[in-house]
Amino acid sequence: MRHALVLGLAAAVAAAPWLQASAQAPDPTAAEFDKFREVLEQDNPAELFEAKGEELWRARRGPKNASLEQCDLGLGAGVVKGAYARMPRYFADAGRVMDAEARIVHCMMTLQGFSYAELAKQPFSNASRTPDPVSLITYVAAQSRGMKVAAPQDHPKERDAYETGKAIFFYRAGAFDFSCASCHGADDKRIRTQPLPNFTKPAKAIAAVQGWPGYRMTGGVMHSLQWRMNDCFRQQRFPEPAYASETLSALLTYLTVNANGHVYRGPGIKR
Amino acid sequence: MRLASVVTLAGAALLLASCATPPRDYRPDALALMKRDFHAKGIAGMDRLNEDAVQAACNKYQDEPPQGFAEKLQNEQLAAIKWPADGKLLGDWKAGEKIAQNGRGMSWADKGGVGGSCYNCHQVGPRESSFGTIGPSLYQFAKKRGYGADIQRYAYGKIYNAKAYSLCSQMPRMGHVGALTEQQMKDLTALLMDPASPVNQ
Repeated sequence: MRHALVLGLAAAVAAAPWLQASAQAPDPTAAEFDKFREVLEQDNPAELFEAKGEELWRARRGPKNASLEQCDLGLGAGVVKGAYARMPRYFADAGRVMDAEARIVHCMMTLQGFSYAELAKQPFSNASRTPDPVSLITYVAAQSRGMKVAAPQDHPKERDAYETGKAIFFYRAGAFDFSCASCHGADDKRIRTQPLPNFTKPAKAIAAVQGWPGYRMTGGVMHSLQWRMNDCFRQQRFPEPAYASETLSALLTYLTVNANGHVYRGPGIKR
Repeated sequence: MRLASVVTLAGAALLLASCATPPRDYRPDALALMKRDFHAKGIAGMDRLNEDAVQAACNKYQDEPPQGFAEKLQNEQLAAIKWPADGKLLGDWKAGEKIAQNGRGMSWADKGGVGGSCYNCHQVGPRESSFGTIGPSLYQFAKKRGYGADIQRYAYGKIYNAKAYSLCSQMPRMGHVGALTEQQMKDLTALLMDPASPVNQ
């Protein structure tokens, strides 16, 4: 299958020499990694976090000793199926657009009584600890596996979030004059050997959504898009964005809406 | 007839409305939101969210500011380059290779010590196959362009402040922002310009 595809591509390039100039030589490192990922995805460690997240979703926890089963992820209280693929979205009870993890944090605060400070203190996974929202987001995301990404743009605040997110994406500042677009605004670029998807084009923007939350082989930890956004801003040489903040929801609205219509394959594996 | 004229009128009104209201500029909203939601961490202070004149021009015009305006800003950047007082632009290419390889520095996780991050975006020396492609290949930089004083000066100046040569270049202004020292920039210039450097083999 893979061979047929490669042969087919080679034939297409041979038949159409003008393709050769723009097509990049296949990166052997990336190809090896893709093979490795295919094997791993058949038995993805992310499933462990998915199971842990489901357990956490149903457990009575926090100062209010409540479960998250009444959490409204946008499709009604308690509806988890398909909710992740339809976020970020506007939530009237919060008065803002929220991405999935921001919404989970909101539910942990309102339903279970956890404090934001507590949840935002160490929000990212490390070798010894996976924060609860990371397991929860993995569970919630898995319930949209195989569904089309369909972040809504019906509410005016959702359209504002898209435009604000786009402005954040293109905002160059800081010590190195970088914006998100410095790395993710053109086709077929890479940093060292790491390919950089162009998130401004609908055909490529799915790369911002696909595989997240993801089990990252570097360090062997589960990470969500909140971590990805945070670490991009570090590399952008910016100050740090607050965990689950509106800035990140706006940015994720821009990225996700650009990816609308593509099928989400569920929690994945990342390099 | 009546319906048709109503439809035409409605169409005209829509057209007028869309002409009268230019598309809203979301950059002020975006910046206000970021200023509220970000915090200083390590060496990355909140001042980094503020645009300087070059960043503002490139942000406002999507990296294509009007030519006269761009030229003026570019010339200001060029005039602000501090050339080495001893007049020497070439350091040690071996030290330059180490600096080019080092992609650290200036982030909230870094303390001091800044690398050139060159290989992140450019092919440089022939022995390193792990190089980025955001910038053009620099392999055989001087072999292709010549080893003369003008090219030396261009190489040093470009490393010091890429925006002095192309206002909305994606390349960081390594000397202008004080990321690299004069000696580091001389070493990088040697990496590109020294006839003995692997770059020119």
